[in-house]
Amino acid sequence: MATRAPDRSTAVSRHRSERLSRQLAHRLDVKASPYAYVAPFLLLFCAFGLFPLVYTAWVSLHEWTLLSDVHKFVGLDNFTFLLGDSYFWNATFNTLSIGLVSTVPQLLLAIWLAHLLNRPLRAQTLFRVTLLLPNVTSVVAVVVIFSQLFGRDYGLINWVLSWFGVGAIDWNAGTATSHVAISTMIMWRWTGYNALLFLAAMQAVPRELYEAATIDGASGFKQLRKITIPMIKPTIVFVVITSTIGAMQVVAEPLLFGTYSPTGGPDRQYQTLALFIYENFTKLDFGYASAISWMMFVFIVIIAGVNYLLTRRSGGNIT
Amino acid sequence: MIPRLGASKTRTLTYLTLIAVVFFSALPLYYSVVVASRDNSALADVPPPLFPGGNFFTNVENVFTTVPFALALLNSILVAGSIAISVMFFSTLAGFAFAKLRFRGRNALLLITVATMMVPTQLGIIPLYLIMVKLEWTGSMYALIVPALVNAFGVFFMTQYLSRALPTELLEAGRVDGCTTWGLFWHVVLPVARPAAAVLGMLTFMSAWNDYFWPLVVLTPENPTVQVALSSLAAGYVSDYALSLTGTTLGTLPLVIVFALLGKQIIGGIMQGAVKG
Repeated sequence: MATRAPDRSTAVSRHRSERLSRQLAHRLDVKASPYAYVAPFLLLFCAFGLFPLVYTAWVSLHEWTLLSDVHKFVGLDNFTFLLGDSYFWNATFNTLSIGLVSTVPQLLLAIWLAHLLNRPLRAQTLFRVTLLLPNVTSVVAVVVIFSQLFGRDYGLINWVLSWFGVGAIDWNAGTATSHVAISTMIMWRWTGYNALLFLAAMQAVPRELYEAATIDGASGFKQLRKITIPMIKPTIVFVVITSTIGAMQVVAEPLLFGTYSPTGGPDRQYQTLALFIYENFTKLDFGYASAISWMMFVFIVIIAGVNYLLTRRSGGNIT
Repeated sequence: MIPRLGASKTRTLTYLTLIAVVFFSALPLYYSVVVASRDNSALADVPPPLFPGGNFFTNVENVFTTVPFALALLNSILVAGSIAISVMFFSTLAGFAFAKLRFRGRNALLLITVATMMVPTQLGIIPLYLIMVKLEWTGSMYALIVPALVNAFGVFFMTQYLSRALPTELLEAGRVDGCTTWGLFWHVVLPVARPAAAVLGMLTFMSAWNDYFWPLVVLTPENPTVQVALSSLAAGYVSDYALSLTGTTLGTLPLVIVFALLGKQIIGGIMQGAVKG
């Protein structure tokens, strides 16, 4: 062990092997590190994102309740029952109706607001911060606040309407009125957020295009239609798709608007698909709830796909 | 940009419209403060009360005795805080790998990451609940924290930022000096990533604080987060709007204050994330 003065050849070979192992460690580091760094995300996604999706399909083929450990395989029975279930089609109609009423005006308004903000203005930051304020408010807070505003007897909205001779509206009771109320909540929370996404895209449009158009005498509205909208189309497609996916999953608003009842009003007048899933979840009928989940997934893929094709095609192209 | 003719008229119209938007954005929040500071019976007045009253602190006391609101606040701070810190760290780590490191399958994995942002979260609720039953995490904060430790949006956000803001030469210089990959991450990437990571942390904290549906499914009313406590307040006292709006004011106020102070940075972050590469 006492190798105080090792001879030259062993020193060289030790040096060499040290360098070799360091090289090896370096190569291992360079090769393996990237995988190690993305691994936490991928593992977590597989465990809590991908696996549940696949597992939903498996559960949907069973008669599955939490009350029993035996889960009987029933094939497609849940799906067959679903297609004949009028509650399911009612929930589908409500989801589409609320989705349409909340998304279409919201996106038009958001583009217009972004267009207004996309010019030199005083107090830009103030405008932007207040635009996003509703988005910082939680769903629970939004629905509690708006339930008060939409109250039949003491609500602020009915009070304002009474100036115009409109009698007290029971917003919660009707199909159309409840859909308008719920859509208002969704619009209030998301219009500003989407306006900011559009604004970000608009600021990347080259200024020269507008200057040329102004010289040619094109009006502000014409510039919006002919220059801005075609130029920000990728963002529009993105926002339309994410809004669609969001609209298909609306659940907290109708749940809370119906003061916690998972049926979405006494006549199910505003029960959405996601709320229908939750209702069957609270009944511990997990097999049926999973079947609804998969149908909802199919709807989302179809509607998002159709929207993608529509938004990509429509309008003029500059690029 | 604005046509010369009638430019000042257009300008006034723009300001008026934007002021109207500000008004409608702020009105519901203002009105909830009005209701929260009143006795519930005052809401039956015609015309309705339009200015704050003096009943706020009595209402606050009632909120804390009606539902376990102190526990809910503690839980929400714990959940949102740990999720925010973890998302910042793991997203920066993965973002660094995607933006600046070379490895086989990088593009495919990045594509998967972007695609997962589109997967509807509501679909997995039932199996996720079954998993939590198996792990015996129902009713516990683990059920909220663990699935949210890192997400696709965060990874994508940091990838975008680092591929723009992190000079490759800086990394090469670090390599020449004998830094390991971990050393590069610690000494070079983290300092550069700090501003974007802070914005990401804020956004994550806000959305975790506001998350409602999954906590409702997996927690009990006895051990709630703020949002779950607020909803049981609203459900139990249907007619007592003063009480439930006091709750929402208390639950929203911390975020609104933070947002008012850091709003500029947060908005910058959202808008940067929006312009996709």
